Amino acid sequence: MMDFVLYTLLPILLKIMLIVMPLMIAVAYLTYAERKVIGYIQLRIGPNRVGPRGWLQPIADAVKLMFKEVILPRQSNLYLFVVAPVLAIGPALAAWAVMPFDAGLILADIDAGLLYILAITSMGVYGVIVAGWASNSRYAFLGALRSAAQVVSYEIAMGFALVGVLVAAGSLNLGEIVLGQQGGFWHWYFIPLFPLFVVYFLSGVAETNRAPFDVAEGESEIVAGFHVEYSGMAFAIFFLAEYADMILISMLAAVLFMGGWLSPFQGTVLEPAFAWVPGLIWLLMKTSFFLFLYLWFRATFPRYRYDQIMRLGWKVFIPVTLVWLVVVSTMQVMDIGPWFTEASDLAETMMVEPAADVEQVQVDSL
Amino acid sequence: MEQILFYCFSAVLIFAATMVITVRNPVRAALFLVLAFFTSAGIWLLLEAEFLALTLVLVYVGAVMVLFLFVVMMLDINLSSLQEGFTRYLPLGIIVAALITIEMLAVLDASHFGLDIVSAPAPQPEGYSNTKAIGLLLYTTYVYPFEIASVILTVAIIAAITLTLRDTKSRKAQVVSEQVKVRAEDRVRVVKMKTSKPDNDQEAGS
Repeated sequence: MMDFVLYTLLPILLKIMLIVMPLMIAVAYLTYAERKVIGYIQLRIGPNRVGPRGWLQPIADAVKLMFKEVILPRQSNLYLFVVAPVLAIGPALAAWAVMPFDAGLILADIDAGLLYILAITSMGVYGVIVAGWASNSRYAFLGALRSAAQVVSYEIAMGFALVGVLVAAGSLNLGEIVLGQQGGFWHWYFIPLFPLFVVYFLSGVAETNRAPFDVAEGESEIVAGFHVEYSGMAFAIFFLAEYADMILISMLAAVLFMGGWLSPFQGTVLEPAFAWVPGLIWLLMKTSFFLFLYLWFRATFPRYRYDQIMRLGWKVFIPVTLVWLVVVSTMQVMDIGPWFTEASDLAETMMVEPAADVEQVQVDSL
Repeated sequence: MEQILFYCFSAVLIFAATMVITVRNPVRAALFLVLAFFTSAGIWLLLEAEFLALTLVLVYVGAVMVLFLFVVMMLDINLSSLQEGFTRYLPLGIIVAALITIEMLAVLDASHFGLDIVSAPAPQPEGYSNTKAIGLLLYTTYVYPFEIASVILTVAIIAAITLTLRDTKSRKAQVVSEQVKVRAEDRVRVVKMKTSKPDNDQEAGS
């Protein structure tokens, strides 16, 4: 038992800390970046008072939120009111377990990593629904209902987009998906899977309830949506979960479509010149690009009307993904290069191998 | 270690399942059902059935139960009226419960499911993926049952839509193509007016 704690549990806990602590700092500075970027887009300066150039602003915000009183509404369902933030932050952090940061740099290298991420992120909506219902407030409840319908609709489009990646890579393991894109940026999946790539990222924006799909919060319509009754740290936890989800979606987009930790100069004359850059830096740079897109969208687009959101999800995204799945499968079968030559070989070998296993299983069960 | 985990998961599962039928508040009952699904997914993971476990979470927890909660939250259930018929339905309930128990006892005993008859499954070799195994079985050996099930589901979807889609004439629907075609000139009319103060036209013009 002692050995188990020392050699299994402790290193895992340490690794979890190594993922969660930088994530929390990233969330804090993402809020700062958001205010700065949107500020400059709107010809303002943004936060610049706390610390040099406002760099300590997120720390000040965090301290303020920590010392604020958490108000528990008297008519609310107290138990669920307290549980809701936990339900929001849990899945947002748990999904990071299978994220490959570099070759071999991964907490849990499981075979069905992509499926795990889909399953865990689909749980995040409970935090929103339970918060909206337990608050016993009309605004919160409206926000929760909007969010539930929106997330469930966009999850389908997102799932289909990921199935496209799965067909292309022939694996559910995120590390193998990255390795399937090896050999220069023209091997990355965003080129053959471009419609799926767009659908994936936009569905991701919708799943995280960010502008222009932020009807769940919709300040001008329903005050603050599902978290209108929350204050202090309870509110901050919803905030943390939302931003952690944004970073997760961005990093997943980088891993699935933009070659993850692979250098963009692979296979070009510039490759040796940039060989010293660690893979993690490339991944973070790609992730930052998608995070910037989030902020850019928020500063650019007005909010969608609710029926337009539903129409976009069900009548545009899902048919697009369905058609492109057929296209990807055809490309995969026809060995269209440079993306599907190696991957299809991989798929073929896998087709042969498990067939034997399956027969064995059947024999065993008899 | 695996046994400890199994008993933990089983205890939580039984607790959650009991709470589903005893808790008064329907929303809390639905949330306990979510917990029950989640823990049974954990037990499936212990059985090395990771595809089924993750699909259970994805489909039932992530989609079905969300819609379930959606409906339950909007119902205004009067708790006292729910308990009114308790004594009236009790005899019938006891008979049904007894029947089910007898049926289960007839099948689920040691002579059918004992450890000597159904041995524990051998652990799979490293690199074994039951996602691939299930996929291969579904699309080769069981392809016809699989296709028939999906056709039945499609029929069910169409039936559900036609049942709820009545009175198409009075429905208020948006014509999306017309909305997209709209230009600013169709909706906004710029009216030229004489400025009241010709020398300070900037203020008056705005």
